[in-house]
Amino acid sequence: MSTPSADSARELTFGEAIREALAEELRRDPRVFMIGEDIAEAGTTFKVLNGLVEEFGPQRILDSPISEAGITGLGVGAAMAGLRPVVDIMFGDFVGLIMDQMVNQAAKIHYMSGGKLKVPMVLRTTMGAGRRSAAQHSQSLHAWLSHIPGLKVVVPSTPYDAKGLMKSAIRDDNPVVVFEDKMMYRTVKGPVPESDYAIPLGVADVKRVGEDITLVATSRMVHVALEAAQHLAEAGVSAEVVDPRTLTPLDTVTLINSAKKTSRAMVIDEGYEKYGVTAELATVLAEGAFYDLDAPVRRLGAMQVPIPFSPALEDLTIPNVQQVCALARTLCGKA
Amino acid sequence: MTPETEMPSGEDWLHMYQQMARIRAFEEHVNDLYQRALMPGLAHLYIGEEAVAVGVCEALRHDDYITSTHRGHGHCLAKGAEVERMFCELLGRAPGYCRGKGGSMHIADPETGNLGANAIVGGSAGIATGAAFANQRLSNGRVAVCFFGEGALGQGLLYEVMNMAQLWKLPVIYVCENNLYNEYTHHTETTAGDMRGRAAAFGLLTDEVDGQNVRAVFATAQRLVARARAGEGPAFLLCHTYRYLGHHVGDVNRAYYRSADEEKQWKTTRDPLALLADWLRGQLLADPPLLERIVAEAQSEIATAVAAALKAPFPEPDEVNQHVYA
Repeated sequence: MSTPSADSARELTFGEAIREALAEELRRDPRVFMIGEDIAEAGTTFKVLNGLVEEFGPQRILDSPISEAGITGLGVGAAMAGLRPVVDIMFGDFVGLIMDQMVNQAAKIHYMSGGKLKVPMVLRTTMGAGRRSAAQHSQSLHAWLSHIPGLKVVVPSTPYDAKGLMKSAIRDDNPVVVFEDKMMYRTVKGPVPESDYAIPLGVADVKRVGEDITLVATSRMVHVALEAAQHLAEAGVSAEVVDPRTLTPLDTVTLINSAKKTSRAMVIDEGYEKYGVTAELATVLAEGAFYDLDAPVRRLGAMQVPIPFSPALEDLTIPNVQQVCALARTLCGKA
Repeated sequence: MTPETEMPSGEDWLHMYQQMARIRAFEEHVNDLYQRALMPGLAHLYIGEEAVAVGVCEALRHDDYITSTHRGHGHCLAKGAEVERMFCELLGRAPGYCRGKGGSMHIADPETGNLGANAIVGGSAGIATGAAFANQRLSNGRVAVCFFGEGALGQGLLYEVMNMAQLWKLPVIYVCENNLYNEYTHHTETTAGDMRGRAAAFGLLTDEVDGQNVRAVFATAQRLVARARAGEGPAFLLCHTYRYLGHHVGDVNRAYYRSADEEKQWKTTRDPLALLADWLRGQLLADPPLLERIVAEAQSEIATAVAAALKAPFPEPDEVNQHVYA
């Protein structure tokens, strides 16, 4: 379990940790710049970047036109020509507008050029439902980009991880997409060292140690899984919570070893359940731990519907603590 | 390549003639390799459009950037790519520019500032604009040229980045090669309004030029490049040109979208090599034997490179998953 070091009594929100990582990297490396819609004085619609333009100026914190494909393409070219762009795409739902630039350009340029060109760029965007923002501002589409070789995909769940992973993403020589669950910006708080630390991409983290079942969870679903684990403990089920932290590269070893140890596993992710992240992670577990499993690997993802507006409906579409508990107990024969 | 402050000498014009002759010979050999079934896949030939690539690239510095298109061999050669490594790439061989993993439509050569040919129509508009953005931020004095065909005028990305280029005065030149056809469809069926007007709407300086006349292309490009390098902003250059052959090497029967007469008309009256040759003779800068020798030398250089590339090894199987990540 990776825990912040002793100097980390200080607590930051998820959004503050991201801002701190960006500010530190902007200070460290003059090649880093940010571009996006309303990221300067407005500090983004989520206010995550408040204060950055005041420190780094409008030459490095650029308010862009509402042209997602254009700013992504500009980022790709700027990265190829010596800068380290951080492109801000306000809502993850807008990745539909940038897919050619990410999938056909950023992801493939290093390979297509036989290794001669590089695209050291970070694309920050959001995910997560529950904000009453309806179908075009609520999706979790990280599976789309995880499908493409050449891209790395980061899905942090805690302020500590968010800061350390963001710094690695900016220092990486590849295009890295960071999906930030917007529901966590203000609500999730945790210890974050003031020191300069980076968390390598491709290292999962065991967020809670347990014996009876492995809950592999991503992003905000880690917190759902942790809460479920508490309830499960009261019911006599000891759940281990494993957070992959990055989907590409994926730390399959830690996931498989946990499932082998507990002999049961389920996957919780907020992307659509079909053809998505849960399918891939469940397959990794099933293939890697099959002979040690006492039950089939199960999964929980978003309901296969456009995210509805009404609170009465929207909440039904996201995996919740009760569902996780019920499924875990079933798998453990303690339903 | 001629710095933008100088008028080209007779030798410079002869060099441009030679570059166009090399591109033409290169493309003729590509067609031949396809017809003899020696080349995997397809290729999109630049024959007829040579004056655009050469006129523009001769106005650039070695370290200036270009981005190219699916019809990109001419741009790559004009910017300084080596012929043999180009053929190796087209043939999928290990010594190719992209180790055989890119092919005809993806040749990239950072050594000569070539940020890559791109097989998505208009797909490199963001890359060229971003490279220009980096040039400006790094104060390195470089410009970026984005080549694209008139078909790319249908792509929204182009307008998004032209808008930003003008907002931020980026050193980028958008060079539109209007060869009349979006693949197999005449541009009048696909493109409303005025082509230059589309860029002018953002406030870009626009110009247009006879793309068959390398001297005109060069003179205009030189002016636009100097302006961009001086920090005066981006420009849009419309070049009127013609694709002598099909959309790709397999597009042989073209009567359903254009007439043989039309093709003949361009080849006999608007050929970029013939136009420059006539002018060179008229100026007493070259006599017919010299021009013939340049063409013969180009043919021989290309033939030698093809022969060498055909003997080059294919990539080893373990190449397949190298360079997915840096």
